[in-house]
Amino acid sequence: MKRVLIIGATSAIVEATARLFASNGDSIFLVGRSESKLASVGADLKVRGAGKVGTAILEAMDFGRQAEIVERAASFLGGIDVALIGYGILPDQEAANSDAALVRRAMDVNAVSTVCLMTHLAEFFEGARAGTLAVISSVAGDRGRASNYVYGSAKAAVSHYAQGLRCRLASSGVRVVTIKPGFVDTPMTAQFSKGMLWATPESVAKRIHSSILAGGDIVYAPWFWKWIMTVIRIIPERLFKRLPL
Amino acid sequence: MSRYESWGRFPQAQQRAQRLCWRSDDILSLKQEDARGLPFGNGRSYGDVCLNDGGILLDCRGMDRFIEFDKKEGIVRCEGGVLLRDILQLVVPHGWFLPVVPGTQWVTLGGAIANDIHGKNHHRAGTFGCHVPCFELLRSDGSRRVCSPSSNSDWYGATIGGLGLTGVITWAEIRLKSIPGTDIEGETVRFGNLSEFFDLSRESDRSFEYTVAWVDALATGPRLGRGLFFRGNHSGNGHGASPEEAEKITLDGLPAVPLVNRATVRIFNALYARKQRRATKRVRTGYGPFFFPLDAVGGWNRLYGTGGMLQYQFVVPPKEASDVVSGILDRAARSSAAPFLTVLKAFGDKPSPGLLSFPRPGITMAIDFPNRGQPTMELLNSFDKLVREAGGRIYPAKDARMSADVFQACFPEWSELSSFADPRISSSFWRRVTDRPR
Repeated sequence: MKRVLIIGATSAIVEATARLFASNGDSIFLVGRSESKLASVGADLKVRGAGKVGTAILEAMDFGRQAEIVERAASFLGGIDVALIGYGILPDQEAANSDAALVRRAMDVNAVSTVCLMTHLAEFFEGARAGTLAVISSVAGDRGRASNYVYGSAKAAVSHYAQGLRCRLASSGVRVVTIKPGFVDTPMTAQFSKGMLWATPESVAKRIHSSILAGGDIVYAPWFWKWIMTVIRIIPERLFKRLPL
Repeated sequence: MSRYESWGRFPQAQQRAQRLCWRSDDILSLKQEDARGLPFGNGRSYGDVCLNDGGILLDCRGMDRFIEFDKKEGIVRCEGGVLLRDILQLVVPHGWFLPVVPGTQWVTLGGAIANDIHGKNHHRAGTFGCHVPCFELLRSDGSRRVCSPSSNSDWYGATIGGLGLTGVITWAEIRLKSIPGTDIEGETVRFGNLSEFFDLSRESDRSFEYTVAWVDALATGPRLGRGLFFRGNHSGNGHGASPEEAEKITLDGLPAVPLVNRATVRIFNALYARKQRRATKRVRTGYGPFFFPLDAVGGWNRLYGTGGMLQYQFVVPPKEASDVVSGILDRAARSSAAPFLTVLKAFGDKPSPGLLSFPRPGITMAIDFPNRGQPTMELLNSFDKLVREAGGRIYPAKDARMSADVFQACFPEWSELSSFADPRISSSFWRRVTDRPR
């Protein structure tokens, strides 16, 4: 039975992943913004087989309480084996083109808040000389595109930070897993029309869960995004800047 | 792109979707917009009770959380968007089962209540709604009512079988039934004609909890109504977790050509009728293959091509059953239509709390037809006449075509239901069967 800290527990992908931990009998500490939603998720996980379930409220921008939340989770669970971070906002790129405040908010929530939290968790895991820190980044962070570069550049920061952290912690026995989902059909993407490449939160969750348990450093979900992004990354910039992506 | 279809894929509708993911949230879109909404579960009703052409669909699948499972008492409480499949996977390993299951596990709890579904044990257990002690109803104005037989009982009755019109079922409680094991001890009995069916049905309903018959709808003359009778009871065998019952094959990628026609139905029925040589065959199976044989084939509705399919399901009182069933089978067999999956079952007399609940004591029959437009519609209209003359009724959850006159004659309670309907909720079905010049 693992002790799992989940931050951003009311997001669709993360909640679906939490259910997989719950069905293994793991104990779970849920962090999110809404008390009533956390309570709904927590009760559900309990019915699905979770051991202990605890919750705490945290706003993304409440930097002062991040360390305290990690401590509370550790004392509630009696340690932490896995931490999964998966909160974020998807800003409207067109609005962000001329709205610096929106750009700042997207960066603050998606990048700054996340990497600060990772700093606290890295410290915790390094001290324990064990643990897995998983963070949900995005394929959007692999290359800047006109249609989604504010979200993408924040996710690029998260991917980069996780990569450095992974190298730093490798010798301490701490794993850092960067998860890069492609298009996922969630409330965050409700306004998009869906095509062939779209995956369900449940299928992405399965991949997240298995890569947390079994190893893996950078994990694309579903798997085929690895090859799509390989192609996207090698297109020369001279050509890439003219592509309608 | 229309992602939202009913199972029959007819009619098609254009509608916007709003997802309801949290039971604590209000239905924002209905407060802010002019268009009317309709709760949508998993799209397994056949016709247009789950469609809202030109309006909003309130997609409830995101409300799929369990709230409480009392393993001792066998009570489960969960959100309206939970699939019956998920409930079975949770409760079966603990020795519990759903009190009523339909022919597929891929329906939501909210949909099961809103259509007050029935199963192979109707002669013993009644409808699904008979086993729902309480639920919460959320209205477009943000008001919430916990409904049960003792509190808000009028809303309780209007919502069970209320076709989603009274509001959104955010959560509900189900009284489960205890089972000795996960297997079903079953028998398949061949019958040669309709009167043999009636005898078998009477006899089987005494000693079997689950009964249903498949009928070869292309057989005529002395063989009219021949088929296979399936009956079973829960068995003490089979333990532990239900296997992850994945679809064995999926037909989602099927070409848009209809594959169901008189020739293919004839071949299928002939093979199926000869499936067993012996008069009676005993089988012990897991509960999945017994209750949900069609779930093994994902997207089987696509066999009917882009025109879609129409299922005709009716119930007629016991006295008239033989005449009406044989009359309809005879017409179907002699028409140019291709009546495919056809099932017969005797309903029991346990009343449902639902105001607009479909089942009544008598015999119910369901026949699937490929939709070939006008000729199919005319054939089904001619069935309506037989059913109505016998005092029978047609199942809204399967219907895409009955006239307002027929509906209102079948369900005189409809005007009472409309006084409970949420002013900001409507459906393609409801407009079709109630909006008419007087």
